[in-house]
Amino acid sequence: MNTFDNTQLDRFQGIWVFCEQREGQLMPTAFELLSEGRRLADELGTELCGVLLGDGITSEASRLGGYGADRVLVCNSPLLAHYTTDGYASVLCQLVEQQKPEALLLGATSLGKDLAPRCAARLHTGLCADCTQLHVDTQGYISFLQEASTLDTSRIPIQSGDRTLKMTRPAFGGHLMATIICPRFRPQMATVRPGVMKCAPFDPVRAASCTIEFPEFSLREQDIAVRVLNIVKQTREAVDLTGAKVVVSLGYGIRRDPETAIRLANELAAALGGVVGASRAAVDEGWLSSEHQVGQTGKTVRPKIYIALGISGAIQHRAGMQDSQVIVAVNKNPAAPIFAYADYGIAEDLFTVLPLMVEAAKKKTTEEELS
Amino acid sequence: MKAIVCVKQVPDTAGKVAVKPDGTMDRSSMPTITNPDDLCALEAALTLKDQFGYRVIVLSMGPFSAAGMLREMKAMGADDAVLVSGREFGGSDTFATSQILAAAIRQIGLEDRDIVLCGRQAIDGDTAQVGPQIAEKLGLPQITYVSELKIDGSTVTCKRELEDGYMVLQAQTPCLLTCVKALNTPRYMTVRGILECDREPITVMDYACLAGDPLIDPSTIGLKGSPTNVFRSFSPPAGAPGRMLDGSPRDAVTELFAIFRAKHLV
Repeated sequence: MNTFDNTQLDRFQGIWVFCEQREGQLMPTAFELLSEGRRLADELGTELCGVLLGDGITSEASRLGGYGADRVLVCNSPLLAHYTTDGYASVLCQLVEQQKPEALLLGATSLGKDLAPRCAARLHTGLCADCTQLHVDTQGYISFLQEASTLDTSRIPIQSGDRTLKMTRPAFGGHLMATIICPRFRPQMATVRPGVMKCAPFDPVRAASCTIEFPEFSLREQDIAVRVLNIVKQTREAVDLTGAKVVVSLGYGIRRDPETAIRLANELAAALGGVVGASRAAVDEGWLSSEHQVGQTGKTVRPKIYIALGISGAIQHRAGMQDSQVIVAVNKNPAAPIFAYADYGIAEDLFTVLPLMVEAAKKKTTEEELS
Repeated sequence: MKAIVCVKQVPDTAGKVAVKPDGTMDRSSMPTITNPDDLCALEAALTLKDQFGYRVIVLSMGPFSAAGMLREMKAMGADDAVLVSGREFGGSDTFATSQILAAAIRQIGLEDRDIVLCGRQAIDGDTAQVGPQIAEKLGLPQITYVSELKIDGSTVTCKRELEDGYMVLQAQTPCLLTCVKALNTPRYMTVRGILECDREPITVMDYACLAGDPLIDPSTIGLKGSPTNVFRSFSPPAGAPGRMLDGSPRDAVTELFAIFRAKHLV
């Protein structure tokens, strides 16, 4: 039986990052999390350890050192060549039980969000999903709150020696932010949104001093209940959101007639020399592909004009477009949060306003052509 | 053959969200809906009922007011409905919730050919954690982000969505799947179902009913038993509000484009 006692908090040391790879290629989230993990480990005065599972994956390990890992644990096995919940959860939990890290970070990718809850349930510990901010240092956390919240930070006690990981994430569709803690169990686990944490530059000196270890683990074929029959990569039409001068974004408000709204938005974007973006809700509904997504989970854009159509303007969305030069919001709900930070608002039905915008934009183009 | 579908009633976060002065959500003032992904899980179960005669059981943890949602699901075709409700369960995080739902599933009874279906994630928390955590507690194989589903006897074959493609995965029943919207389009309630659903019985499981299960211990369920706690919740500071363009929609659009031109944006 498992004699691992994860309530003895002081026996757990070090920050771990699960470094996700697919078909031997490290995912960008691995480097982002190591960069963030480095900062946390330095604040705690502890080590940063990368965990790399795969088959014949050792050559990638020293690269992880270049992004901040002091040590990388490499587990190679043909049974780990492709991601399986059972194989990866088994090995990752074995390593945690052997070596007892105080925190374990994973990318909130579709596979990370499959693996992390399975492990947290097995290890009997807490897991916070889709974090966008991580803090250990209380003073740093308070500074963050002063900038990002309306809370009275003078009422938050500063406790010296507090090593608790403060994991902040959007909640309720992004209408609120919540900071989650896991005070009684270790490791403290978090999945972190890809693209949110800044990736540090590769440091060859660090890469050279990184220790690579091959810990023991046991994994048999019969431990893996789900068989991988096929893995298919699909290349999607590339949308250059990040470099666009104009972004016409669509949200859940188009639900009455997504097809018409998308056609008109494409016309408007074409007339203004821009591209079509989407809120997470519109992508989740399958109306537009994730290539179009603007926001914390999607891309960050800084166009000259950002036109938000039928987007309520949740925190995650705001994070992806707030640096636009001019933000225009069209929403029939005058209380939509987006009006609080848009430069210009039109509180009307987008299905009324959008055709008029297309008309105005086209007229503009025609005038230019004539002159 | 049973399909047990885990469903949740959630505040409608697409509409107006009310925040109390202390930064927490004012749930009582918000309309509730059935979590959208869970309706896809239910539709998948009802399709199995149509095709192979599965018995469909909907299972939810929540206040008594969630019984209305379960009755609507009976009107869509679910055979049984179980509501897990009790003060002891309140404040549970995903870990504690999965312990309670896993115990309830054990109470319902899980047999060789059975399948547990969940939505990928709930729109209030967006964690996508409860499904995999139930699977772990019950020792079941899991397949998450399912967008296509085929069952042949005890063999379940799924298309599993990835950011850049998909995987085709195969498991044996009993297993747990979490469903994404691409899987199907949920059906409507039948007229007869609507007329009859008010009289439909709902099985209620309270703390005493589940207390015999080893997963149900005051130290591992509810607010006190949850490994995670909310340390602070807050809303971001309001930015300087912009200008609302009034008048007719045509006037507003004309003014907007005049502004664009004046600022040399177009």
